Amino acid sequence: MSCFKGKYHDELIANAAYIGTPGKGILAADESTGTIGKRLASINVENVESNRRAFRELLFCAPGVLQFLSGVILFEETLYQKRADGKPFVDILKEGGVLPGIKVDKGIVELAGTNSETSTLGLDGLAERCQKYYEAGARFAKWRAVLKIGPTEPSQLAINENANGLARYAIICQENGLVPIVEPEILVDGSHDINRCADVTERVLAACYKALNDHHVLLEGTLLKPNMVTPGSDSPKVKPEVVAEYTVRALQRTVPPAVPAIVFLSGGQSEEEATINLNAMNKLKGKKPWSLTFSFGRALQQSTLKAWAGKEENVKKAQAAFHVRCKANSEATLGAYKGDATMGEGAAESLHVKDYKY
Amino acid sequence: MSCFKGKYADELIANAAYIGTPGKGILAADESTGTIGKRLASINVENVEDNRRALRELLFTTPGALQCLSGVILFEETLYQKSKSGKPFVDILKEGGVLPGIKVDKGTVELAGTNGETTTQGLDGLAQRCQKYYEAGARFAKWRAVLKIGPNEPSQLAINENANGLARYAIICQENGLVPIVEPEILVDGPHDINKCAEVTERVLAACYKALNDHHVLLEGTLLKPNMVTPGSESKKVAPEVIAEYTVRALQRTVPAAVPAIVFLSGGQSEEEATLNLNAMNKLKTKKPWSLSFSFGRALQQSTLKAWAGKEENVKKAQDAFIVRCKANSEATLGTYKGDATLGEGASESLHVKDYKY
Repeated sequence: MSCFKGKYHDELIANAAYIGTPGKGILAADESTGTIGKRLASINVENVESNRRAFRELLFCAPGVLQFLSGVILFEETLYQKRADGKPFVDILKEGGVLPGIKVDKGIVELAGTNSETSTLGLDGLAERCQKYYEAGARFAKWRAVLKIGPTEPSQLAINENANGLARYAIICQENGLVPIVEPEILVDGSHDINRCADVTERVLAACYKALNDHHVLLEGTLLKPNMVTPGSDSPKVKPEVVAEYTVRALQRTVPPAVPAIVFLSGGQSEEEATINLNAMNKLKGKKPWSLTFSFGRALQQSTLKAWAGKEENVKKAQAAFHVRCKANSEATLGAYKGDATMGEGAAESLHVKDYKY
Repeated sequence: MSCFKGKYADELIANAAYIGTPGKGILAADESTGTIGKRLASINVENVEDNRRALRELLFTTPGALQCLSGVILFEETLYQKSKSGKPFVDILKEGGVLPGIKVDKGTVELAGTNGETTTQGLDGLAQRCQKYYEAGARFAKWRAVLKIGPNEPSQLAINENANGLARYAIICQENGLVPIVEPEILVDGPHDINKCAEVTERVLAACYKALNDHHVLLEGTLLKPNMVTPGSESKKVAPEVIAEYTVRALQRTVPAAVPAIVFLSGGQSEEEATLNLNAMNKLKTKKPWSLSFSFGRALQQSTLKAWAGKEENVKKAQDAFIVRCKANSEATLGTYKGDATLGEGASESLHVKDYKY
């Protein structure tokens, strides 16, 4: 079989297509305990379960936001957490028309003999974990592979190993009812120009789709979460229209039309930057046989986090800030964002952290 | 560089796009001397240069035919031939808005250790030949790779070797101003069903596009000439709508949107079959970010050849038969063919020859 046709075939296709609904996108709220700890530390909040729970409740229960979301990626702990009154988060999301997703990778390790390139862990027992998550209500999964640009990077080893890992993860997910988000993030760190980023992105994506084909993955039941094509973090910025042109061209050259939606990661971009770039892509005239939407973490939550500052009395204010970003990105998926979102504190702030570790 | 950006980049992109103009397609008139000999023999015509010239003149000067064509693939001899009145064929074609193309492969040879699988020759001196052909007026090229379906076929070796050969050919063409038609033909011979053909086609096309990416080929300056996805020649036929569905799905899963046009080969299909199948594809409602057109040899010329029978007095009758097929296929690229083409003698006749050798 070139392509796997298992019992979840139709459901995978329907769920993947739903996630790409115009006007909707994904909230990436799957920060691991360590990572969310850094976020909480930045607003002087203690990294304990109840605070992590409270923050996610703030997001998921913000009035009017779920209409802008087709999915939320969760960390395992959150999949089993509840609202203060005891209602499970997955039920709140489902009732709001939002598919729960689950981060299934177990972080990265270095590849020996490379210049700190990495591979992603998580294949052991993955099938059983996926089944468990499916029973808990998850309908899609996410696995982050990481590559970097340097004089001799990404190496062929890093590309092959990460592409293969993504493909193995993807087929195991599909065998167990979860739509796999394929995320080959090429870090923005570096002094390279946008052409270099485009070359590397095209090479990496071509390797990913060859691996997915080799592993019999049903493309109609997958999503892609790539980086946008931009200059490196140490290089001068370019206009959103340029980011849009280079990004869409890279995708046209590598992503088969069978893939229903592409959900961009925000990398180190500020909230406003990420939205404006996504908007420019959706305004671009050209062949785009997949939806172009968002799967943002920092770029959806930054000003919300700052507004909350861990205080109960700030919840409403924080939820209003969150609504602003959700709505702006929803409009960006339609190419209709006017750049007029009331900017919360920090919305224009770069979120780039060198050598960012989740 | 992920993608080659040489001096011909803009021209390649423009020419490839032109070939995909809706309402137009390619006449494959590149039969080698040996192959055209078999055709002429079937109508009792001697295989001498003047007869070969006369047949091609009949085709190229058919009133109204050139409007239906964006390109004609020629064999080397024909590139330098002229009409009876001394006008070079390439000039006739160019004045008619038709790009001359040139077959550049040198046939197939068997791969040792396989069950009759082959690889295609022609890379030696290819750059110089392309330059020569460009000077003579050619603007695109064609190279036919052949794969077959069997219990153990196509083997990984055959797929890799043919995909690599196509990619090397493609980049050399682009370096020398010719748009490469990438033709990975999977023979229709066999008792397999349409699902098997779909699997193999998807696997082969995925390998081709990985190889093209590895070799830095500019996809926007290429064309694809694949087989349609059908049951094997020894299996029951299916409706055109089924062929359309399976074929387009296979292409959605493997062919990047950057490719401007897909120009199908007709394999052993009759003239009418090939037209009806192409028409069904263009009527299908689904994502199709490339034009779907024709590059037919036998399926455009069969009834014309029979009508001509090598006799001067039959030229008009033969040209009438030719324009019927040209118009029918032109309509098929628009999904408007009503199946009402006056069927010439032989138009419904299968053109399948087992183990067909060009």
